[in-house]
Amino acid sequence: MKTLLAGSVALTLGATASFAQDTKVIGVSIPAATHGWAGGMNYHAQETVKRLEEVYPNLDFVLATASDAGKQVNDIEDMVATRNIDALVVLPFESDPLTPPVQAVAEGGAWVTVVDRGLSVEGIEDLYVAGDNSGFGRVSGEYMAEMMPDGGKIVVLRGIPTTIDNMRVEGFEAAIEGSGIEVIGMEHGNWNRDDSFNVMQDFLSKHEQIDAVWASDDDMAVGVLAAIDAAGRDDVQFVLGGAGMKEMIKRVMDGDKMIPADVTYPPAMIATAIEMTAVGMTSNAPVSGTFTIGSVLITPENAEDYYYPDSPF
Amino acid sequence: MASDTAITDKTGFRIPSMSVIGPILALAILILIGALLNPNFLGAGNITNVLARSAFIGIIAVGMTFVITAGGLDLSVGSMAAFIAGLMILVMNAALPTLGVGVPIILLGMLTALVAGVLAGLLNGFLITTLGIEAFIVTLGTMGIYRSLVTWLADGGTLSLDFGLRTFYRPVYFDGILGISWPIIVFALVVIIGEIFMSRSRFGRHCAATGSNEHVAHYSNVNVNRTRLLTYAMLGVLVGVATIMYVPRLGSASASTGVLWELEAIAAVIIGGTVLQGGFGRVWGTVIGVLILSLIDNILNLTDLVSPYLNGAIQGVIIILAVILQREAKAKG
Repeated sequence: MKTLLAGSVALTLGATASFAQDTKVIGVSIPAATHGWAGGMNYHAQETVKRLEEVYPNLDFVLATASDAGKQVNDIEDMVATRNIDALVVLPFESDPLTPPVQAVAEGGAWVTVVDRGLSVEGIEDLYVAGDNSGFGRVSGEYMAEMMPDGGKIVVLRGIPTTIDNMRVEGFEAAIEGSGIEVIGMEHGNWNRDDSFNVMQDFLSKHEQIDAVWASDDDMAVGVLAAIDAAGRDDVQFVLGGAGMKEMIKRVMDGDKMIPADVTYPPAMIATAIEMTAVGMTSNAPVSGTFTIGSVLITPENAEDYYYPDSPF
Repeated sequence: MASDTAITDKTGFRIPSMSVIGPILALAILILIGALLNPNFLGAGNITNVLARSAFIGIIAVGMTFVITAGGLDLSVGSMAAFIAGLMILVMNAALPTLGVGVPIILLGMLTALVAGVLAGLLNGFLITTLGIEAFIVTLGTMGIYRSLVTWLADGGTLSLDFGLRTFYRPVYFDGILGISWPIIVFALVVIIGEIFMSRSRFGRHCAATGSNEHVAHYSNVNVNRTRLLTYAMLGVLVGVATIMYVPRLGSASASTGVLWELEAIAAVIIGGTVLQGGFGRVWGTVIGVLILSLIDNILNLTDLVSPYLNGAIQGVIIILAVILQREAKAKG
């Protein structure tokens, strides 16, 4: 048994050695962990890289996190210049500034996978993995309409002013149209707990009656809940967040009346993208095209499937 | 520098200069606009909210007034607050099994924040005074260090205080005496003590002398380095105090905690009439600066007049206007 094991190890090592010339390098460039969702995304990226490096001995990974678009461009240039990457998985900080450098990588012959935020020019990427932003808004709006069949007054907290945020809000507004739900206030909470706490406090001062809140993100929902709690108001029936923060999923699971549901926008989509790129690099399975990850409504019935207690998000 | 606060007209009657009335006038106009636009603006609830949320930046800005008066600058306070909040949460969560939910664990958390604050402030001060590195560079460096540390401590996510502990600690932000919440009381105390220090103590005079002209101050027997070191340590302690008030609000800290607080604090100090180059500082002016900044946000949220995209632009205009008004006054005086 021992010899057999040793033999197989030697065989594997030999195999690795003969493949050594074929070792391919996959660069992964993502925004830094500056808020909850990005933190979850960083966690999933690291976990996936760690796991895939064991699964595919002939794949090398370079992971870089950037705090702004400029730094991300530098990261990508460095990957090309010093690591000679064969594939790039990129979640662009912003579409426009990242388009030319990513285009240069593609023209240099490397495989390009773009995640979540599209580039400004079509046809650069080989694979596009994204969440469904208008779907995220639509599912949220449909849930609101279903929960409030007789209509009602709601306030909306938006994220950081970006195209993503616009798509979500448009999807939401389309879904609640004609339902009798009236949006009496809409402000940017910047996907941030503190900002949302302040904005919600001001909404509560401004409006006598608020029936529900679309916080549109779980971090913002935390701030919203604290503000409602502090004001001692009982007119707000529920708060709908989104993205799938573990604490919020837990509350859905526990049947919390204020958080009856959540809408997914999984930070783990970066794992899908890296995984599919690795498959594309190592096998003959075709992986090019567009892969859209749907936004799912999480209710007490299915919450358990979306609960990852080990993730920081 | 006394001529800065008042100019004397031909008859010898002292009328307050624009640098004194400017900020007060701006604040009064803002309050008037707010009251006209929304009937709830002057409601007790709204006033409490605005004052309580101003307390974090306000407490830090009082410390920043001393640093700037002594000719320094600190860009690290926002990151420092996030780091201290994270550290405090970690220490309290770790001590929970041994101490249990109660007053001792809250005191331990507060002590952690104050000690961490004073150490962080002393580190900035040491690098700036003893090693003679530019304050801008040192605090730019520590700003990055603390921001990374809190991200690392939180593993990229959010550090949350244990739920039972949070419920117990919550009153420190939301409760108070006679309907005035604790952050407002603490903010007021910090301001009163700060004003006494600045205008009546030897330390305040040493700060102004150091910021005005380091060499003259040195030959006038002022220990320039010690004065500067003390201003940074004091600012560190106040960041700790602000964090003690901040943590019970949402019970969490993450990489997005305290982002841009340093710029808000510096802006408040300058709007209030303290000179950015040092040499002259005014604690009560800083308070007005803080209130102006948070009132703009509040008023914009209470009305639908201006697109929310323009909030930052309006704040920017007010900051620049305030400084122009003061410079005009100085040129005339």
